[in-house]
Formats: sequence, C-alpha cells, structure tokens
Amino acid sequence: MSWRRVLATSRRVLQQLGHDPRTIGLLLVVPSVLMGLLAWILQHRRETFDAIGPPLLGIFPLVVMFLVTSVATLRERTSGTLERLLTLPLSKAEFVLGYALSFGLASVVQAALVSGLSFWVFGLHVAGSAWLISLIAVEDALLGTAMGLALSSLAATEFQAVQFMPAFILPQTLLCGLFVPREQLPTALHWLSDVLPMSYAVDATRHLSDPVSSGGRWIIDAAVILAFVVVALASGAATLRRRTR
Amino acid sequence: MDDGTNAPRTGSPVVRVEHLRVVRAHREVLSDVSFTVERGELVGLLGPSGSGKSTLMRSLLGVQIIASGTVEVLGVPAGETALRTRVGYVTQAPSVYTDLSVRENLAYFADVLGAPRTDVDRVINDVNLGHHTRSLVRGLSGGEIARVSLAAALLGNPQVLVLDEPTVGLDPLLRRDLWNIFQSLASSGVTLIVSSHVMDEAQRCQRLLLMREGHLIFDASPRELLVRTNTTDYDAAMVSLVEATP
Repeated sequence: MSWRRVLATSRRVLQQLGHDPRTIGLLLVVPSVLMGLLAWILQHRRETFDAIGPPLLGIFPLVVMFLVTSVATLRERTSGTLERLLTLPLSKAEFVLGYALSFGLASVVQAALVSGLSFWVFGLHVAGSAWLISLIAVEDALLGTAMGLALSSLAATEFQAVQFMPAFILPQTLLCGLFVPREQLPTALHWLSDVLPMSYAVDATRHLSDPVSSGGRWIIDAAVILAFVVVALASGAATLRRRTR
Repeated sequence: MDDGTNAPRTGSPVVRVEHLRVVRAHREVLSDVSFTVERGELVGLLGPSGSGKSTLMRSLLGVQIIASGTVEVLGVPAGETALRTRVGYVTQAPSVYTDLSVRENLAYFADVLGAPRTDVDRVINDVNLGHHTRSLVRGLSGGEIARVSLAAALLGNPQVLVLDEPTVGLDPLLRRDLWNIFQSLASSGVTLIVSSHVMDEAQRCQRLLLMREGHLIFDASPRELLVRTNTTDYDAAMVSLVEATP
C-alpha cells in the first residue's frame, strides 16, 4: 500500500469535482434544501420536525453520496480508465481508498453544511448533542460512498447504477425505523432491518436525540456503521477485476 | 535480478506467446497464436477489425482471461506486478479523464507510476500537445484525445509499449511524427507492438504480424510480405494472403 498513490488518486477525484461546479452545487445544496423544505412543511408541528429531522440528517447525505459515488466509479469502468489503472502499479485498495478519501472530504463539508443549517437556521431542536449528530451525519455520508463503491461493480451501465437507488435505498428507507419503529415491525422484517446499514444510521441519531433514556447506545450504532463502511470498502476493492473476459 | 522467479529478466525474448487461445462468449477469438518478440523490435500487428488484435494486446497486458496457452513478457507471466511500471499500454478507446486537463491527467498517471513530474512535459512535447496543456480533454478533438492517451503510456521508462491503434483518425503529418517517435524508441531499445487496421502503416514496421479471424496468418518483414505475395502494395498483399489461406 502506498499512500502516495492513494493521495494522488483522491487529489485527481477532487480535481474532477473541481471542474464540475454543478455537481458540487448539487452535493451541497440538495440535502440542505430538503431539510429546509421539511422544516417549512412542519412549521406548525415542531415536535414532528424534531423527531424525524435527526434521522433524515443521516439519510439525505447517505443517499446523495451513494448515487454520486456509484455513478463516478461506474464512469471509470465504462471509460476504460479503470482498465488502464489496473495495468499500472495501483492496487485495488489504493483505488478504493483514494475515492473514499476524496468523497469522504466532500461528505464532511456536506454534512457540516446541512447540520449547521438544520440546527442553527431551521431551528431543529434535540435534547442531545447537535455536534455528535452532525458527526454521525458525516459517518452516514461516508457509508453512502462506501456502499456506492461496493455496488457499482454490479452495474454494467450508468442506467443500471441509477436503478440501484430504488432497488437498494428505498427498501432500507422503509425498514430503517423512520416510518414504523423497528421494534414494532413484523418479526421477519425486524430481523431484516437488523442487517441493513441504514437502520443504524437512524438508530444512532435517535439515540443521540434522546440521551436520557438511551445513554451511550449511540456508540454501538456508530461502531456498527463504521464496520459497514469497512466491509463495504473491502468488498468494493475485492470486486474490482484485473482480468476480464 | 535474474535469480528471483518473479523479477523481469532482461534476456531475450521480450514477449513470448505460445499456443494462446482465448474464448469469449462461446466464440474462439484467438486460436493457437504463437510468436516471440526480441528487444528493440517495432512490430506491427495488422488485420481487419474483429480479427483479434485487441484481444491479443489485452492478453499481453494480462487483463484478458485466457482459455489456454502461455503469455510471458520480460520473462514473467503477463500481468505480474513487476511488469506494471515496465509495460505501457494504450487501449483502443482513449482511456483518459475527459473532465480533467491534459496536464492533470498526465500528472496523475505519472504519480501512480512514480515517474518524475518532469516526465509530464517530455511526453506532452513528444505528442505535440504543448498548446493544450491546460485545456480540458473533453474539449479536444478525437485525434488530440488519442494523443493524450498515448502520452500517458510514454510516462516513466516503459521497456515494452503495447499500443492499440494509436494513430487512428490522425492526420498524415502527425502519423508520420508518431511513427518517427516509435522508431526512435525502438532504436533506443524499447520493444513496441503497435496495432493498426490501415495496411499502409505496415511499411513503418520492422516486422509484421497479420491476424485474421483469430489466427496469425503471417509473421515476417514488410518486404518479405510483398515478395512472398508478389504484390506492390500492402492492401493487395493482404487480399492475396487471405485468399491463399485455407
């Protein structure tokens, strides 16, 4: 593993982003506008906003980063640059880490902006720590990036990659506890939700919003999310193929 | 350096292909292809599109799954880690980042290779792209993009260059310049395998490998091709050769 090659790769990905102001705009603006919209819709039902605001603070960056990453790595595949890179002294892990690092950086900016606006402009109020919830939002955005890297190998075209959004993200949104608390789900669905990463994104923010009854349980959720990130990055690297038919 | 089984050997041949067979989607794309290439040779790989040229080149890079046979480059199996700084590769479709500038592209590939940044200026000069270093690749013409892709393969000190149709779509002047670069690289000891579907380019090579439907049907010098087929131009030679092949 060479950090020089990891850093070169993440600098290159950031340069690509730098030449694409519209994507940067969408990356930063979309989650913030969605949270603003939610605050507006619920302006007379503040307690609802305070209840679903924190989980959505995790979900929006996750979804946006998932889409951006899966399309970006897929483009690398279809343009032939990935095949070239794999004939060069770049390891699969270096490639994946390079992406994770640059999009991770984008996630920090994105999550900082959307959390800052939510707590200090849109008036989201929680009993727990706004800072820790913002930190979880960064972790969730990173999870989106890692899952995008892992799943993009399953898609052969950008068209298919975009279909992963409804196929992979929407079921998790239904099962993550946002609509029905996970413990009230039918048993089989509860088990299913236990193995889906987004459930922990929601649990972490829920537990952080209510520190009195949940204590330090968010730490376990955060650790599980981190484990999902590591597994997703490892499988993203493992599914890259140097040799193809 | 020669003791280690995985260290590239400097002794000849540089490329050794034996009984190579590649099957893709139940179709035999390469059938029993064998040849060797010595150090400093400039070999033209010619044949109509679909004859298996790109597949053969991908096999030399070790990115093609092969059904059977042996492919060795610099004495080690194709695709070994030790070869990745020593073999330069240009794919048929230009594989560079269209949303980066020419210089950003080359600087990135130089970093991955561990080549000095001064190399970037050298290869930009080689392919005559000095006026476009800050332009986004997206805005360049097809021929210019192909040259960026070629420049990336010249970074570092490749001992072997595998170039898949590097001159397609370029104007005759630029084609001549590039072939001059290939010839001077070959005389400095670099081994080049250059594919083309334009038979005219045959005369630029020291040696020709002609492919047709996955078979290697001719392997000798361009002169030998004209003599053996009793023709005066390379297109006619190809036709005569194909008609003579059972």
